[in-house]
Amino acid sequence: MNFNMAVPEFLIERKKERCIDCKVCITQCANECHSFDIDEGRVVSDETACVNCQRCVVFCPTRALSVVNNPQQYKNNANWTAFDINTIYKQAATGGILLTGMGTDRNYPIYWDHLLLNASQVTNPSIDPLREPMELKTFLGRKPEKLVVKDGKLAEKLPPQLELEVPIMFSAMSFGSISLNAHKSLARAAEEVGTFYNTGEGGLHRDLYGYGNNTIVQVASGRFGVHQEYLNAGKAIEIKIGQGAKPGIGGHLPGEKVGLEVSLTRMIPQGSDAISPAPHHDIYSIEDLRQLIFSLKEATNYEKPVSVKIAAVHNVAAIASGIARAGADIIAIDGFKGGTGATPLRTRDSVGIPVELALAAVDSRLREEGIRNQVSLVVGGTVRNSSDIVKAIALGADAVYIATSALLALGCHLCQKCYTGKCNWGIATQNPNLIKRLNPDIGAKRAANLLKAWAHEIKELLGGMGINALESLRGNRLMLRGIGLSQKELEILGVVHAGE
Amino acid sequence: MKKVYAKEEVCVGCRLCEVHCIVAHSEYPNDIIKAFKKGNRPVARVLVEENKPVSFALQCRHCEDAPCTKSCITGAMQRNSETGIVYNQEERCVGCWTCILACPFGAIRRDESGKKAASKCDLCSSNDEVPACVANCPNEALSFEER
Amino acid sequence: MNKIFPRIPSGCAISGIMNKKGHRFSGNDIIKSIALMHDRSNGLGGGFAAYGIYPDYPDHYAFHVFYDSLANRINTEEFINDHFDVDMSEPIHTRKVRSINNPPLIWRYFVRPGQNKLISSELTEEEYVVRCVMRVNSCFEGAYIFSSGKNMGAFKGVGYPEDIGDFYCLEKYDGYIWTAHGRFPTNTPGWWGGAHPFTLLDWSIVHNGEISSYGANARFLEMFGYKCTLQTDTEAITYIFDYLMRKQGLPLEMAVATVAAPLWKEIDRMDQDKKELLKALRAVFGNLLMNGPFSIILGTKNGIVALNDRIKLRNMVAATKGDFLYLASEESAIREVCSDPEHVWVPKGGEPVIGLLEGVDNI
Repeated sequence: MNFNMAVPEFLIERKKERCIDCKVCITQCANECHSFDIDEGRVVSDETACVNCQRCVVFCPTRALSVVNNPQQYKNNANWTAFDINTIYKQAATGGILLTGMGTDRNYPIYWDHLLLNASQVTNPSIDPLREPMELKTFLGRKPEKLVVKDGKLAEKLPPQLELEVPIMFSAMSFGSISLNAHKSLARAAEEVGTFYNTGEGGLHRDLYGYGNNTIVQVASGRFGVHQEYLNAGKAIEIKIGQGAKPGIGGHLPGEKVGLEVSLTRMIPQGSDAISPAPHHDIYSIEDLRQLIFSLKEATNYEKPVSVKIAAVHNVAAIASGIARAGADIIAIDGFKGGTGATPLRTRDSVGIPVELALAAVDSRLREEGIRNQVSLVVGGTVRNSSDIVKAIALGADAVYIATSALLALGCHLCQKCYTGKCNWGIATQNPNLIKRLNPDIGAKRAANLLKAWAHEIKELLGGMGINALESLRGNRLMLRGIGLSQKELEILGVVHAGE
Repeated sequence: MKKVYAKEEVCVGCRLCEVHCIVAHSEYPNDIIKAFKKGNRPVARVLVEENKPVSFALQCRHCEDAPCTKSCITGAMQRNSETGIVYNQEERCVGCWTCILACPFGAIRRDESGKKAASKCDLCSSNDEVPACVANCPNEALSFEER
Repeated sequence: MNKIFPRIPSGCAISGIMNKKGHRFSGNDIIKSIALMHDRSNGLGGGFAAYGIYPDYPDHYAFHVFYDSLANRINTEEFINDHFDVDMSEPIHTRKVRSINNPPLIWRYFVRPGQNKLISSELTEEEYVVRCVMRVNSCFEGAYIFSSGKNMGAFKGVGYPEDIGDFYCLEKYDGYIWTAHGRFPTNTPGWWGGAHPFTLLDWSIVHNGEISSYGANARFLEMFGYKCTLQTDTEAITYIFDYLMRKQGLPLEMAVATVAAPLWKEIDRMDQDKKELLKALRAVFGNLLMNGPFSIILGTKNGIVALNDRIKLRNMVAATKGDFLYLASEESAIREVCSDPEHVWVPKGGEPVIGLLEGVDNI
């Protein structure tokens, strides 16, 4: 039965006086919402399958198209929103779990927007980044408790460090969930700017081994594409325990996205679903994690820092402390608003905690225990702009991971349909007709531009605070003031209220 | 000489090159809507060839030893020895389509929107700018360059 | 005595004089020098540090302590007596000065760590003393140990520095190193302990500036047991040097290269060994980089080090004559006490001026 009880979410509006029937919209919609009506001799649209990805809107040369929220509403009800009703219709029709993509779109507080930055006035000078040096270089990795210096030389080499020219990295997105062109774009941007991208859990495509100096390879519970050459291909290894968009469950890659290249890279049969187990089946405890960390270090001659990525959950501070003591060199914390290619809707929208609070709690906890310097802290999960980054660093992060922002730079319009494999922007798809839509030359340039633009802005903000090196901001919560926050929130964030 | 080259691996098959070619060669080169809705709409001189997932935009290659110029019965089809651009002097063209038969790329089309004439890429030769198809390609799948 | 108060930005004057041969001289010159820069202070804080002033007790830790009341003193002395062998205790001699009002009780003790306690603490002697001082300063109401080194002492209070010098009768003390500080806070500290110099063991710091990295510096130090109770830059700077040189055992030049680190573009031009070393310093101790404007004079029993922030956002002048090394915020403050210096120069940002006593090879 094709009958659908839900009303369409969107309307496609086509302005007749503008439409020139050029059919560009038809060529671009993978959901086949537009078609040419031979009888009428014009292009027509049907919104049933529309996901509001805005591809047709942006491509229409006469701006004749717009996609708007469907004003046709269910009867007003303060308890039952259209969202609630639609999800029930969908589940009643399918009997299945609701899937979605990207980070949660629910209205949770954004703590970045409740933090304000400081600037110098009179008593110390602000610094002008156009005229004075301004340093963003960042090292990620374990720092020794003592530096041994003999005859003006370093007597013991530092443990391996990642050296970043900007404190921003592209976080894990697997080949499979996103296209090879998307991976290429991020790898090239990371190389150009002097930072890192993360392979995600899907292995590393042959074509990308050349970007090894800017690569972090990930090992997740499915161990897809993990082999010795892979482990040695990057500059660091990340063990993925969890991810903000789906804490407590493993990655999902539907079989439709497993084509030849993905199959070869992941080392799984073509067309098979790649479902990562919820836990690593060799990590049921913190001591097991320690074993995996050291197995990976052993396998790579102790030449690469090992990162452990976890989702921000209630007990994150204690867990992070355990991870630091288990020998991790970097801890990556993914907030509950972090994105993903596919996640159960209810998990995405209701599991985990905001990354701002998690970061503050972890940084404070590691300092209380005197082990903050032993491990680097990277946070992600809705880092939307350069001031979010500055605030994250002032709260105590060493660097941030961005993914949604990076995909937006590549053209993503946040329609949240990554799991369908029909990404009209050529990012979250393996469809050969669609992957061409992301030109890696353009993607690399745009992703690099974003990092460069943010680096400029970070320098401006630092200069305003009278700081000319990022390390002087790291954990410097005196540069932050809270606004519109409760005493408890301020206490957790370790900042005082504006005006104090 | 600078020519238009296609990168088929990033051609999205949207046909915006065709749209903008039409506009550029219409009576209203600065107004897409009028170009399509008023007067004679010329045919596109660039053609997207598509056999999914392969697609690319094809237009005249401006051959040095262009067969179309040799086959032209009126001498309308010529090659500018300075710029290298092969162009059709439409007022001399009689619409015999011999050039279409001669072109090894299939890059010449019949335009019967006005006076019957062969229509082909002129690299938007009235000025020195990047041709309209290249300038408006959303995915940089067309380039205008010396090779 | 409310010892916890918010951060107060302040401007300042600093001055320092040392005799490299260790000849001792009275506090007159340093008072004259800092007095000349009267306008750089606003009467809300002044102080001095002097080395070599207690030749009769060279091996005792000299504690200078402020008390709010007799009761506070009795309470604190119980702790001091419990943890140290006190060989001498006395009120510090002061004279009445018109502009100095409501001084606290000011006492001096010459002490040695109690051996039993020290041994059972399993700490080094210095660490033991530091922890006891921190304990008093953070836990004992109305008591503040503002000087704890050997054969040296700090003298400070609320007032113009020259009046403070007069108040403490510094003309009667002879030392081979003198540093001085005049303060221009932007609100009232109202508390004598908040004046500068700040000292810990033999370290003393006078500082002009406002370091914008304070929050990062302080939070790093707190991981290693330092309690930044005063919320002042000077306190943090003292702990930074203590941490880098005493706890980490780094030589002075490495400590300087940490707090006023060379720029990355300079490091990139260095030879391989040096590059590796500086990279490691910045990677490991990046949180101790001092950012924003500062000029400091660090004193120890072995000499003095003067340092500017790496992009020289604060003024400082150095001069020499014979065995004397002079440092001051303004050249005039040097010429006031040494009219014909042999050599006068403006040190570059991040480039330390190091004055060591003869026969000593590290600060």
